[in-house]
Amino acid sequence: MKQYWKTGEPLVMLTGAALAVILVMTLTLVGVVLTNGLGYFWPSHLVRLELKDGSTALGQIMKREKNPLTGEHRLQLKVSNRDLYGQDFRWIDEKDVTGRSLPKDALLLERREHGNFAGFLSGLSVDGLKVDQATSPLEKLKLARAAIEERQPHLDNIRKKMMTLNQQAESMRLKLLKLEYRNREQHAAEIARLTATREQVLAEFNVLNGQATTAQAEIGGFTAQFKDVSGGAKDIPLVDIMRILAPNDMSIPAKMLAYASRVKELLLDEPRESNTEGGLFPAIFGTVMMVLVMSFFSLPFGVIAAIYLREYARDGLMTRMVRIAVNNLAGVPSIVYGVFGLGFFVYGIGGSIDAIFFPERLPTPTFGTGGILWSSLTLALLTVPVVIVATEESLASIPRGLREGSLALGATKFQTLTRVLLPMATPGIMTGLILSMARAVGEVAPLMVVGVVKLAPSLPFDTTFPFFHMDRKFMHLGFHIYDVGFQSPNVEAAKPMVYITTLLLLGIVIVASSMAIYFRTRMRKRYTSSHF
Amino acid sequence: MTVPTHNPASPILTVKDLDLFYGAKQALKKINISMQRNQVTAFIGPSGCGKSTLLRCFNRMNDLIDNVRVEGSISFEDQEIYAASTDVITLRRRIGMVFQQSNPFPKSIYENIVYGLRIAGVNDKSLLDETVERSLRSAAIWDEVKDRLHDSALGLSGGQAQRICIARAIAVNPEIILMDEPCSALDPISTLKIEELIDELKRKYTIIIVTHNMQQAARVSDVTGFFYLGELIEAGPTRKIFTNPEKTQTEDYITGRFG
Ligand SMILES: Nc1ncnc2c1ncn2[C@@H]1O[C@H](COP(=O)(O)OP(=O)(O)OP(=O)(O)O)[C@@H](O)[C@H]1O
Ligand SMILES: [Mg+2]
Repeated sequence: MKQYWKTGEPLVMLTGAALAVILVMTLTLVGVVLTNGLGYFWPSHLVRLELKDGSTALGQIMKREKNPLTGEHRLQLKVSNRDLYGQDFRWIDEKDVTGRSLPKDALLLERREHGNFAGFLSGLSVDGLKVDQATSPLEKLKLARAAIEERQPHLDNIRKKMMTLNQQAESMRLKLLKLEYRNREQHAAEIARLTATREQVLAEFNVLNGQATTAQAEIGGFTAQFKDVSGGAKDIPLVDIMRILAPNDMSIPAKMLAYASRVKELLLDEPRESNTEGGLFPAIFGTVMMVLVMSFFSLPFGVIAAIYLREYARDGLMTRMVRIAVNNLAGVPSIVYGVFGLGFFVYGIGGSIDAIFFPERLPTPTFGTGGILWSSLTLALLTVPVVIVATEESLASIPRGLREGSLALGATKFQTLTRVLLPMATPGIMTGLILSMARAVGEVAPLMVVGVVKLAPSLPFDTTFPFFHMDRKFMHLGFHIYDVGFQSPNVEAAKPMVYITTLLLLGIVIVASSMAIYFRTRMRKRYTSSHF
Repeated sequence: MTVPTHNPASPILTVKDLDLFYGAKQALKKINISMQRNQVTAFIGPSGCGKSTLLRCFNRMNDLIDNVRVEGSISFEDQEIYAASTDVITLRRRIGMVFQQSNPFPKSIYENIVYGLRIAGVNDKSLLDETVERSLRSAAIWDEVKDRLHDSALGLSGGQAQRICIARAIAVNPEIILMDEPCSALDPISTLKIEELIDELKRKYTIIIVTHNMQQAARVSDVTGFFYLGELIEAGPTRKIFTNPEKTQTEDYITGRFG
């Protein structure tokens, strides 16, 4: 036995086993997320169940499991029609089911509000829409829907104009405030001019608003009548219908198309229904932008600090203590950073900015409230130790001979740094960047106090000057998971969204690190190569 | 920088009563030696006797180490190397160095050679090209690398890399080249090439070489200094040191009866 230990074989096995355990755990996690998340968009069959008590139910079977109380199997049916039944899901004991069928004409409607509707088409009131060439009622419905879709851009256009006007009016209001705050008399002419223009803008806005209301009413007049499985009638305005599916009458390619269009919606659209439906674009955008802004701060600061520590500071007690402190910063709970960010960045710096630059707007804060800039800075603080440690390590691993070689040729310390050391340290710095980005993407707790919100009215980047609105609040995938999964009134319906959001978050981390790894490998190739 | 005219007989480097301390530890004791222009001076002696330390005094490489204290004087022509007014950058450009481990930068061969010029602010393409060819020819490696000037220098063999380092040192046109055991990591053939190169180079440059290889010292040097425990025991014409040393310690070391 002793001999066996000495061979070192057991140790190798131990290391292998440890790796295997980690791999299995990671794969399980990813697997669970993948299976739960990816299936969500697949338009599965609408099953009609006949029950013992004579009633029927229509819905998609979500899962089958043993009832922990009775020990019998039961089905979870997503019956939708939240507005009719009060909830989306129903548990049905398998022993109560007397018959199953897949009615071909069963429809699944995705609506703007109240979740999905499952049922049957019974009538249409679409006089005035061109639906003559339709052969079947369903076809007619689809044509009518498309016709309304065509009118939508007109409305969207009006809304966009209204938004611009609104912003103009708001910025004028702020300008007026500023002028009045400074000195009323002196700027009287300017104030009068601005007030007049503002009035004009507001009038224009009102006209457009009227147009929008009429357009909307006009479109909203077209409705379709539906029946649920037990015959309950429901009128649904066509504008409220996002997508019409007949999952029992669809070929696989058609289902795939539907799937793709839902994924597209997820990636590019805004969320609906308190985030449990619709897209995640604002959250994706917010997450990516926050991480980029964070890197913009943490990378240069971390690298410069590391350079100072490694190359310029004398290696004394002080340096060592700083180094230990930096390493230990990584162990501070992230919420502590959040609280610090709130006190220091938001109230401290943000408050001062408001007091100095936007006193006229007070007490409404501009920078003195959570926003993407403060969140990014807080996270930069949180991740900067990672960059520092990685940079220091990679600087330390550069052979002394190269520094001496450069200095011996008459290079200054700074030239040596920029021409030899930094290029060689870049792969290591990239590793630090990857780690810090991964950490930042997954961080939620500190963000909750410095600027993340459940639903942000506008993105922190848009086409109005100055394009980046760093004071705005933003949405974040990590917070989205928490919010949808734990704060949502309709947890069961939100569950797939949690998995999907997780999947997206993982996707972002993977994409970001793959890019960084790609660059790192390219640099490594350039700066290292065995030689002897 | 004006180039002073020299009396050919006057030494290019003169070390007077040099003491060097690493913290409390004295590594060099009362060293007195002078080196002549266009000669090869070899430093020999057992490990840890201070050869590298002295060599690194000439281009003030020891400045990089904390807690080093130097007393005494080293004059390079009329200039005091350790004077406060001495510009280390210029000094290092005039006194080049080749290290024990070849240390090419992770750049192309071309960029390695022109490194010294680029940091001095030279960017004239034709001048750089010309320097590359001249230096590589002087370092007897032009033919081996002329077709791959823009490949990474890390792909070279140890011997080639060392000659690239020599070429890199030559490129800035120094007056003195310091070599700290330049062949200790090389095979006999590469060693021979570098020894031939040294013979060639001494027409233009003054060379100071540290070596553990007695034959090498005997073959390439004109003057040899023997160090022991931080002291310069004996220095003189190489032939004399190797055939008829004055001190028994020197004789013991050279004949291999010691260390
Ligand atoms: N950075 C340093 N700090 C402290 N002591 C040092 C340092 N560098 C060298 N020494 C000491 O100074 C003495 C001389 O060292 P040096 O490197 O000059 O020896 P050497 O003759 O070049 O030896 P070798 O032939 O092994 O290269 C040795 O005792 C060594 O331990
Ligand atoms: Mg040495």
